[in-house]
Amino acid sequence: MSNKESTSRTLVVALAVSLVSSVFVAGAAVSLKPIQIENRQLDKQRSILAIAGLGEAQLSGAAVKKLFGERISAKVVDLSSGDYVDQFDAASFDPLKASRDPKLSEELAGSDDIALIKRRERYTTVYTVEQDGKLESLILPIRGYGLWSTLHGFIAVKADLNTVVGLGFYQHAETPGLGGEVDNPKWKGIWPGKQLFDDAGKPVIRIVKGGVDPASASAVHQVDALAGATLTSNGVDRLLQFWLGEQGFGPYLAKLRAQGV
Amino acid sequence: MAKPTIKEVLLNPIFNNNPIGLQILGICSALAVTSNLKTALVMSVALTLVTAFSNLFISMIRKQIPSSIRMIVQMVIIASLVIVVDQILRAYAFGLAKQLSVFVGLIITNCIVMGRAEAFAMQNPPMLSFMDGIGNGLGYSVMLIVLGVIRELFGAGKLLGFEVLALAKDGGWYVPNGMLLLPPSAFFLIGLIIWGLRTWKKNQNEAPAFTLAPQVANQEVH
Repeated sequence: MSNKESTSRTLVVALAVSLVSSVFVAGAAVSLKPIQIENRQLDKQRSILAIAGLGEAQLSGAAVKKLFGERISAKVVDLSSGDYVDQFDAASFDPLKASRDPKLSEELAGSDDIALIKRRERYTTVYTVEQDGKLESLILPIRGYGLWSTLHGFIAVKADLNTVVGLGFYQHAETPGLGGEVDNPKWKGIWPGKQLFDDAGKPVIRIVKGGVDPASASAVHQVDALAGATLTSNGVDRLLQFWLGEQGFGPYLAKLRAQGV
Repeated sequence: MAKPTIKEVLLNPIFNNNPIGLQILGICSALAVTSNLKTALVMSVALTLVTAFSNLFISMIRKQIPSSIRMIVQMVIIASLVIVVDQILRAYAFGLAKQLSVFVGLIITNCIVMGRAEAFAMQNPPMLSFMDGIGNGLGYSVMLIVLGVIRELFGAGKLLGFEVLALAKDGGWYVPNGMLLLPPSAFFLIGLIIWGLRTWKKNQNEAPAFTLAPQVANQEVH
């Protein structure tokens, strides 16, 4: 038997330990994946409900599914024309996957890509809350780069397509305690009631440093930035400019406005 | 040194040789996850399991591990266990996993796990090592639970999310101490607990590393 400390023995032990460990880890990751995907889906639905002001953030899984099914309907929108399309199943269409598919997305030119997302999908899923066939609020997916990570979230607006109902991010990896405060209920609580557009329909919502002066005329378009998180705040500001602008939901919102919903 | 018994390795770390209280290990996560009891409990269970099983597996192959790569082998085993725990949490306790965020991953670098693997599992048989892992996990858990109870109860007036003390802002009598929800408060609490522990068990006091020479008339005596 070879010596325990010999080079060949060391290599064999290292290899064996790595092999066994990797099988172990891979096994756990693969076998738990379906449950994790379902959890993520549920988390997304929960955050949509919370942002639309329909449900608490602590709802149980079953309650989320029920409420989501009753109140929220998903529709797929062609972003450049602003029309609804029905070639995809809205429940299973994944805009994020589409944004990586060359057939379903387009590369953004550097100057257009203010949210730093590189590729934008041609079609995306929007969610509506309707009451007796009339639009009550509209929930739009938004995403963009903060400091470390892409922030994924939603913004909900009232039927006037201008007043914010809520905003929130369900997935990001910003610094806990600084940029991570985008999750802070206090900060999210500033958003409802803010107005996104000016009279000409241009997105004028801004995140400002140093506090919002409530007496100024533009206060309704301004949100206080996060303390100690300039880059995350800038990121949120830019991703809103992007998704509310011509490259994002501009055409869709214009069409809805023309239809007079 | 006499061979340790199972009872000893299981119960000693709780008060006599507490990993946080005496060995002062694992402070980082003790500050971070104890602002409410629920995350403290999940973290306790996760760390206890990881310490126990890493001790078990390392002890099982301790005679095969060449000493030149023993640290790396320990790390690989610990890291794999932590990833598995993280995956399980993501599957079955998604909300909690989101709250604990990076700290589950940081169990890998928790000195308690590595410390027990190196100091105990490398020299002792598997069953005893497993129990030692559980024991140290319990020691860590006791500390976390005490911190979690104090911080959540007096910082937010709740326990496990249920209101215990009626808050003044909702018409009750208790004004919560928001300071307790911030990480430094755990530092103060751990300090007080260590003080209490050393007053109770005098043998935990360390001999002073040096004594100051008394000074008389600007001249040292010695």
